[in-house]
Amino acid sequence: MTALPPPSAKKLGLVIDLDTCVGCQACVTACKGWNDQGYGAPLSDMDAYGSAPCGTFLNRVHSYEVQPEAAAPQIINFPRSCLHCDNAPCVTVCPTGASYKRAEDGIVLVNESACIGCGLCAWACPYGARELDAEAGVMKKCTLCVDRIYNDNLAEEDRVPACVRTCPTGARHFGDLGDPESAVSRLVAERGGYDLMPEMETKPVNKYLPPRKKGAVEASPLAPLLDVQATGFAGWLDRLLEKF
Amino acid sequence: MHPAPSVILFTVLSGMGFGLLALLALGAAQPLGLAALLHWGLGYGLAVGGLLASTFHLGNPQRALRAFTQWRTSWLSREGWASVLTLFMLAPVALAAIMGAGLPSFFGATGAAMALLTVYCTAMIYAQLKTVPRWNHWITPVLFLLFALTGGAILTGRNGFGAIMALLLGAALFYSFRRGDGAFAERGATIGSATGLGALGEVRQFAPPHTGGNYLMNEMIFRVGRKHVRRLRIIAILGASLLPAPILVFVPPLPWVMAVAAVIHLVGAFAARWLFFAEAEHVVGLYYDAH
Amino acid sequence: MGYQQPELDTSPKVSDEVRKTTCYMCACRCGINVHLKSGKVSYIEGNRDHPINKGVLCAKGASGIMQVTAPSRLRAPLRRVGPRGSGAFEEISWDEALGLAVRWLAPLRAKAPEKLAFFTGRDQSQSFTSYWAQAFGTPNYAAHGGFCSVNMATAGIYTMGGAFWEFGQPDWDRTKLFVMFGVAEDHDSNPIKIGIGKLKARGARVIGVNPVRSGYNAVADDWYGITPGTDGLLILALIHELLKAGKIDLDYVARWTNAPCLIEEAEGEEKGLMLRDMLGKPLVVDKASGDLVPFDTPGIRPDIAAVRNGCRTVFQHMAERYLAPDYAPEAVAARCGIPAERIRGLAAEIAHAAFDEPVVLDRPWTDFRGERHERMVGRPVTFHAMRGISAHSNGFQTARALHVLQILLGSVETPGGFRFKPPYPKPAFAHPTPHSYFMPGRPLDGPHLGFPHGPEHLALKLDDQTPARIDKGFTWENPLSAHGLMHMVIPNAHAGDPYKIDTLMLYMANMAWNSSMNTAAVMAMLTDKDEDGEYKIPRIIYSDAYASEMVAYADLILPDTTYLERHDCISLLDRPICEADHAADAIRWPVTEPDRDVRGFQSVLVDLAGRLGLPPFVTKDGKPRYRDYADYIVNHERRPGVGPLMGFRGDGTAVGRGAPNPKQIQRYIDNGGFFQAEVPEGAAFFKPWNAAYQNWAVAMGFYDQPQPYIFQLYAEPMRRFQLAAEGYHERQPPDRLRDRIKATMDPLPIWYPPFGDEVGADYPLHALTQRPMAMYHSWGSQNAWLRQIHGLNPLYVPTKVWDEHGFEDGDWARVTSPNGEITVPVALMAALNENTVWTWNAIGKRKGTWALSPDAPEATEGFLLNHLISELLPEKGDGQRWLNSDPITGQAAWFDLRVRIEKVEPQTEAQPAFGPIPSPVPPAKRNRP
Repeated sequence: MTALPPPSAKKLGLVIDLDTCVGCQACVTACKGWNDQGYGAPLSDMDAYGSAPCGTFLNRVHSYEVQPEAAAPQIINFPRSCLHCDNAPCVTVCPTGASYKRAEDGIVLVNESACIGCGLCAWACPYGARELDAEAGVMKKCTLCVDRIYNDNLAEEDRVPACVRTCPTGARHFGDLGDPESAVSRLVAERGGYDLMPEMETKPVNKYLPPRKKGAVEASPLAPLLDVQATGFAGWLDRLLEKF
Repeated sequence: MHPAPSVILFTVLSGMGFGLLALLALGAAQPLGLAALLHWGLGYGLAVGGLLASTFHLGNPQRALRAFTQWRTSWLSREGWASVLTLFMLAPVALAAIMGAGLPSFFGATGAAMALLTVYCTAMIYAQLKTVPRWNHWITPVLFLLFALTGGAILTGRNGFGAIMALLLGAALFYSFRRGDGAFAERGATIGSATGLGALGEVRQFAPPHTGGNYLMNEMIFRVGRKHVRRLRIIAILGASLLPAPILVFVPPLPWVMAVAAVIHLVGAFAARWLFFAEAEHVVGLYYDAH
Repeated sequence: MGYQQPELDTSPKVSDEVRKTTCYMCACRCGINVHLKSGKVSYIEGNRDHPINKGVLCAKGASGIMQVTAPSRLRAPLRRVGPRGSGAFEEISWDEALGLAVRWLAPLRAKAPEKLAFFTGRDQSQSFTSYWAQAFGTPNYAAHGGFCSVNMATAGIYTMGGAFWEFGQPDWDRTKLFVMFGVAEDHDSNPIKIGIGKLKARGARVIGVNPVRSGYNAVADDWYGITPGTDGLLILALIHELLKAGKIDLDYVARWTNAPCLIEEAEGEEKGLMLRDMLGKPLVVDKASGDLVPFDTPGIRPDIAAVRNGCRTVFQHMAERYLAPDYAPEAVAARCGIPAERIRGLAAEIAHAAFDEPVVLDRPWTDFRGERHERMVGRPVTFHAMRGISAHSNGFQTARALHVLQILLGSVETPGGFRFKPPYPKPAFAHPTPHSYFMPGRPLDGPHLGFPHGPEHLALKLDDQTPARIDKGFTWENPLSAHGLMHMVIPNAHAGDPYKIDTLMLYMANMAWNSSMNTAAVMAMLTDKDEDGEYKIPRIIYSDAYASEMVAYADLILPDTTYLERHDCISLLDRPICEADHAADAIRWPVTEPDRDVRGFQSVLVDLAGRLGLPPFVTKDGKPRYRDYADYIVNHERRPGVGPLMGFRGDGTAVGRGAPNPKQIQRYIDNGGFFQAEVPEGAAFFKPWNAAYQNWAVAMGFYDQPQPYIFQLYAEPMRRFQLAAEGYHERQPPDRLRDRIKATMDPLPIWYPPFGDEVGADYPLHALTQRPMAMYHSWGSQNAWLRQIHGLNPLYVPTKVWDEHGFEDGDWARVTSPNGEITVPVALMAALNENTVWTWNAIGKRKGTWALSPDAPEATEGFLLNHLISELLPEKGDGQRWLNSDPITGQAAWFDLRVRIEKVEPQTEAQPAFGPIPSPVPPAKRNRP
């Protein structure tokens, strides 16, 4: 049902490190691959080999360019998927109860067998986390790989979302953001992790770690051993060897 | 937002239908016999037709009955309940009217209230969305209700009332356009704030996540030309409000005149509703630098 | 009422079975777990135990499932029935196809084996394909390195016995500063991402030197938006600054490099060569005794400042050159597009990390001179570079400069620095020299590719001194072309220069499209006929798994399997998958069976070799020796006891050396598809000089006796070519090349402007391509998932140019080079060198290919920059034909490209547009699944 459960102590989610993401899209297709054969209907690709291919993806990586006022422009890769909000508007708008937030860990899911595909939840989500599958007619979204993270058929270390398992740079972290002592919570505290669009009052669980400061470091310039032009090569060599 | 024909049809027709039903239930017109059948039939036809149209945009319409379950939180579910209750509650009123029997006015009054509540619920589906600043405002239910009442008034021949509603509707439309144009900016969200990168500098999209299309872009990001908007706004205000109003006041309320007024109003209503969707910008567009 | 939610099975069965094999979505070769449901591939993920990827997998790897279900897959052998290029084919049986191939090839082998040119677009299984070509007897064999990164690889081998990527890697766990030159999203996919991730997790510093700030450069902490083709100059300026400040590891260069070796100063045929003893060992002066002794004499301390009989050391030559004001930051700043202050800052940052924060490990080791060291001291500065600096006509010298910089810092093979991956380090002298002597009906006299040490190793015919190879590899035009020149094969074969060939056999090389410079001209060459109506290249055999652009231009198509349906080995004889701490090799095996009449190309070659009776592939009585490629992998021995796979040899316990083990492949399968052998801890660093490593390498079979060596700051083989150009060799270059050889074959790194710059101010912009990470090396963007990510490519334009031309979003531009023009969509990029434009490579596809609909964005908006690039430089009016290649290695100088740009009306289609090719496969089903 679409009333939100009381806030859970355990809040599973992702922490995405924008200082580390190189934009390789690995998480995008690992997610596609896992969820194409896992939870619910496959993720279809319409016009897959045609002029306007349009598929369902639960995770997409944007690429932004930032022009600071007095520094070199930079590119920032920005993965975007469901943030598993505490105050998930996509859940409360759902007329059928298909969209729900799990009481035990806060994961927001769609019960596809109850979804009529009205699309209202996607409208209610500020983050573009939901995509209506054109083939199945049901709303698809990140499940936080709920069919992996508790899966007894997987090795313990593999019980993480597919995107996290595959991320080559380790820019994606999975854990309990409700536990202030968890690794992800500490990372968020250390690196100043932030919410997307806090003004929407959705209280996202997922956090983003901002890019670190870029640019030159304060390093003292190298001091020449002596003025090579003035003393000549031999003088320089002598001086060098003294050092050695 | 993508102006889907099914949703435009649904909101315009069912709005008009429930407006007509409300006014009929309140006895705004008291046709007899065949005329009653036609009036009530039209009301039911519009309301039910609109509701059916709405199912065309569902991915799995066969499960539509499930939409009645979540009335505690969902305006869409509430709208479903309200519409069905309205149609049920007004059934005896309609039958009585067609049969020429009398029913205590209580039945009509509650039915009418339910009809307007239905329209209100429809409007709240949109007005509740913080993600669409243009909609997320009291003017949205006001507009929807004024459309229902204007349409209902025209179809019931309540010319004076209709003219007033039409003019109010025109004013409301005018206000909604003006206010709506600044709504997104007023909320203050930008690509910089949405990404949280704004503090670093000016943010722009370098490359979209996919060069191929996706549901979000098709559904939430719709561009409409400025010139096109101006023309449609004029059509909307003229059609929905400024043309029907003098007709209602100055032309004798003959059935064909009313039909012409209704058609003109509908043209305006469709234009207005198309704009309602097409002009509405969803905040997700910020991530695509498409605001 | 409590909160209700659906019952959910959180432990669904994942799959019926997991089969572990090796990815081939690019050249990275990660381990993958292929999940199967009801016999069909259902999901692919990284193999956690695998040395390369440790469980992670890139966007391509995770999309591999779409390669198997691709509608573009060829279905059966094809024989051309219409004109070449028309796309008219008939499907034939394998017997017919192989029969036809034998009818074409057998007479060639008997009479003129050089008339077969066999080039493979993929340089994996190269040890096998080259072996086949060698057995056939043709000198005309190479892989794609010549148009890829041969400059980097060869410069590394000549300088220090290895380069980046497969040769070595930064010590990711210890390095404190990592500087990438020109690396974008290309070579070394997952290991470098894993490495960058480690640096980022530790907060270590990453610097990008690249005209384009995308990909890895996007996460770099600092960015130097250098002008393309000037990296070498920047590096030499860094060397200048470091030398001037004395910030080099003198102890390191004295012990482990040829810096103390003495150089002959006297005029004559020895000038510039090293002084050597009777056994040919370079001589140094021992600081303690003052004696002139061989460099490897036990107990000596070589003196880098020695002078004997007027002969000075390499170090003195170097210092004198690089301390000159030509290399001062001020002198290079404008050219590099980087302010002098920034260059000084970079030098200071490098010096600080190397010398103020050394990494010290308490691990004793003994060097090749017998000296024991109690600790391992390292310089935690590392570098990486690949095509960005390689694909210029000054790429070899630039790559040399970078390797020399690392060595001067003392960071190569030290903790925190650059580390070789076994079987590297392997110096040039430990590799074969090139072989090109052919005779009818006989195998070639040795391996085709190798490392010349002087003009005597050039592939010139003994009689008339004309090029022995169709690509003119190892000739005076490009003496050190260690990977051949694949980009010259078709132009030369078409021109009949140096001679005509009969059959061109290609594997996975899209030469009629994105793998060729000058694509339209190459298509014309492939279809051109001589006076008697015969094709100038009479026969073309092509193997590919997909309906690529090249298919239409071949006469016989041998359809390949996908990588999930075949045997392969990723061999130490070839391009291995080792990491610094372990040697490793791997296999592919058919984790699923093909649903069509296709065969793995390597097995087809084994079959053909049997039918042709090629000696090592047949027994004494002429019977095929190997059933198929899997059989070859297990039973072939390159040297006694050393075969394609090192693991589970002999009785299953032998490693490196051992008799063939019939159960070897099954043992690999049981082991997850790979085998790895740890480098002993004491052998982990200082490998070229570390006795523990040398002994381990011999035990492993990398080589047959310890071969310690010193790094070649001064590359003597290059000097030998200069000497020849000065007249001191019995083999003499043509006069037209004399001056160029003298100028470019400098034994110490130099910088000269890329040849492409000669076109001057008419073409003010540099134009580059790079492969996106989600596509790099993935063979065919027809992949249903990946093509949604990159289905078209704009030309990215820097702000200055964007504003100058008044571009806006959605605009198009005409881009003109000396070779042609293209009309393409543009997009703005601020984080870009202000004189550079670039685009993604190989997104554009020809209409009708890859089973895409003809109006697919790849075929309408997608475009190739290749049309602007020629394999030749513009005419100079001297009547000569000058290659658009590095003059040392022949590497295709893709990134020398200069263009101008102008705004045009918005278009519906990128130009040039080519007509559709009829597809050899049925149209794709519209939707998936």
